[in-house]
Amino acid sequence: MNTPEAIQLLKSRFGDAVTEHPVFRDEQGVSLPRERISEACRLLKTEAGFNVLTDLAGVDNADAVPRFEVHYLLYSLSARCRLRLVVGVPSEDPVVDTVSDVWATANWHEREAFDMFGLQFRGHPDLRRILMWDGYSHHPLRKDFPVAGLPASLPATAEDAGAVESAPMAGGPFVSATGTRSSPRREPRSFETAAARDRAVTDPDRKEEI
Amino acid sequence: MNRRIEDTPGLNGGDYPVIATRLDAAINWIRKNSCWPQPMGLACCAIELMAAGAARFDISRFGAEVMRFSPRQADCMIVAGTCTYKMSGVVKRVWDQMATPKWCIAMGACASTGGMYRSYSVLQGIDHLIPVDVYISGCPPRPEALLEGFMAIQRKIEHSKGFSALKSPHPAPVEAEALAGPIIIRGE
Amino acid sequence: MTASSHDLLVADAASRAHEAWCPEAAGDDRMIINLGPQHPSTHGVLRVVLELEGEQITRLWPDIGFLHRGDEKIAENMTYQQFLPYTDRLDYLAPMANNVSYAYAVEKLLGVEVPPRCHYIRVICCELSRIASHLLGLGCYAMDVGAMTVFLYTMREREKIMDLFERLSGARYTSSYTRIGGLANDLTPDFIPGVRAFLADLPAAVDEIDGLLTRNRIFVDRTRDVGVLSREQAIDLGVTGPNLRASGVDWDLRKAHPYSAYGDFEFAVPLGSAGDCYDRFLVRMEEVRQSRNILLQAIDRLPAGPWHVDDGKVFLPPKADVLTKMEPLIHQFMLVTEGINAPPGEIYFSAENPKGELGFTIVSKGGGVPHRLKIRAPSFVNLQALSLLSVGHLLSDMTAILGSLDFVMGECDR
Repeated sequence: MNTPEAIQLLKSRFGDAVTEHPVFRDEQGVSLPRERISEACRLLKTEAGFNVLTDLAGVDNADAVPRFEVHYLLYSLSARCRLRLVVGVPSEDPVVDTVSDVWATANWHEREAFDMFGLQFRGHPDLRRILMWDGYSHHPLRKDFPVAGLPASLPATAEDAGAVESAPMAGGPFVSATGTRSSPRREPRSFETAAARDRAVTDPDRKEEI
Repeated sequence: MNRRIEDTPGLNGGDYPVIATRLDAAINWIRKNSCWPQPMGLACCAIELMAAGAARFDISRFGAEVMRFSPRQADCMIVAGTCTYKMSGVVKRVWDQMATPKWCIAMGACASTGGMYRSYSVLQGIDHLIPVDVYISGCPPRPEALLEGFMAIQRKIEHSKGFSALKSPHPAPVEAEALAGPIIIRGE
Repeated sequence: MTASSHDLLVADAASRAHEAWCPEAAGDDRMIINLGPQHPSTHGVLRVVLELEGEQITRLWPDIGFLHRGDEKIAENMTYQQFLPYTDRLDYLAPMANNVSYAYAVEKLLGVEVPPRCHYIRVICCELSRIASHLLGLGCYAMDVGAMTVFLYTMREREKIMDLFERLSGARYTSSYTRIGGLANDLTPDFIPGVRAFLADLPAAVDEIDGLLTRNRIFVDRTRDVGVLSREQAIDLGVTGPNLRASGVDWDLRKAHPYSAYGDFEFAVPLGSAGDCYDRFLVRMEEVRQSRNILLQAIDRLPAGPWHVDDGKVFLPPKADVLTKMEPLIHQFMLVTEGINAPPGEIYFSAENPKGELGFTIVSKGGGVPHRLKIRAPSFVNLQALSLLSVGHLLSDMTAILGSLDFVMGECDR
């Protein structure tokens, strides 16, 4: 079954809950409500032949509602086609059902999404951190977490290795913000001064060094 | 048995030449030509470390082809690659387990200063953790640069107070002022 | 608890400390042992916690993340072009191949097609990287299993490839030779003759390794029927690359979804049948020979012409123009300060890397900086198979299995 047929299958089972994305660079995706994801994945694997889960990624959309998204990239070996499923996850209740019982590979991907974003996968056999150590207290890929990092504590075995400090950024990173075109905030290009300038624009009474 | 060395047959400077020297110089010479590295190969620099150990660049010329992964048997820890915070406890523990006298080479930009990874999980240089004798810049440094760094360690050993270094903690005291602090080697 | 298990439980603080994760002990004669992260045969910083009954592995938990450098977070703070050197250091045994995969991903997002010469040169770089990666993988695998000589022979061949890369790009190793929309520079005049000379010597070298290992009684005993991965398990675990093909699944991205110039070449895709360590070894050896095939065809049919797109909004204009004309100057300025102005949208592109399917998911909200860059690392996915493969085998089979999976921690942990 190829991708458009698989989307039809989803629509026939879930009706209006399935929203099809416009085709972009020959890629096809659909959005689903998070309650349906486990059922949809099982359906696509058993009836549509999508036997490989290529990737599972979390995305943090900062101010959007819902804040988080989980992207499932499915692949069918027989039909050689891909399909992307996108599920929105609100920040006040970051829980979504696991698909590790559908594809075994989802196990580590979901652990990584938990580690990096704090997304909980209901029913996961072993949901703990995978890339950071177990006692780490932040979720690094969230948009409110700086790339330089925040102070944290190391595991007890490494107590004589000091402590985790923020990396020295020297005013950087020196790029314009994502999503902007010809940015009037190009000069200077530091995030901190750009943010300060924004604050000055919205609140002229505020005295601050730019 | 109290036999003097001059009376031993064959040891009159003829058939068995005996070299008289300071104990320090002898110990240093032995040590510098058999300095066994502890390859703390963490990332990409480890591959260039392996290339330095392979036939073309041949670290064996320096007596160092015996890459001892056990810290108990090694003299010089070569930290090759990015040290993350998660790994830092391990690096520190392995360093502590090495017996003195011991030396440390920070190979590559990541081991020296964190390299281009200014992020939440990377230790910005292993000198936050352990004392470094030689820094080698480069991403990754060429194997020749690693050999240059190794030769700098050899110079340090050569000028150290060999016998007293047996008893002192790291760093082994050196005689020449120029070799006292860390040496920086350009890697490309 | 019997006295014997109590004695063994106090052993390693690293696996006992309350914050360094450790599994619950089974309570009988089984011991829990820590392997790594600093260990000669773990191919990088991998920690494996093993539960052993005598010498047989009963359970196994890989612990990764010791080389997690925050690549994906860094990508959200860099322009697309600035992130290119970080891709070198993902699979650091085949840096050129990662660059190419990333460049194609960004070009897909931008909707840009590079000229044919650029495709061919990228194929040449990818296949040379594949040979280098497989040679090192085989060499280290053989060294772990006890055949030290093979390591030195493969490093000798690899040094020839490093020389070629150095002549081409200036750097032996992590070269960042590819650019978005093209390459850093055109081929240097001595590169193609150098590749021809290398390919002339390669069959003898591969045959030498073949002669040393393939029918070597010790090697075969250590690898045959060890770490068997069945077809269904491989597909379910998302395993890709030579590991998948050794289990008998005929899927290679260069044939299934031809990208770059791979559609122009005739080559075979080696398949295994048993899915054990021996098959994985044989598949990699044969892939080196097939890469040689592709390279000979590529250098014979290399088209002339431009080696980058002629679009100032994507590729830096030549320096002489930047210093003399207005529009190239503006393009240079915009590309360096803001980056390439990507359209909003989301794409996924993957390439057949030596380790497997290296994919990039780029979520763009417009502008020069990605909103999210997810790296689908083949080693991360392949390593998940480790516990399935090792349970029931002996501790000494672990090194054979680790070597045969041929993973790289730089890619696994990103």
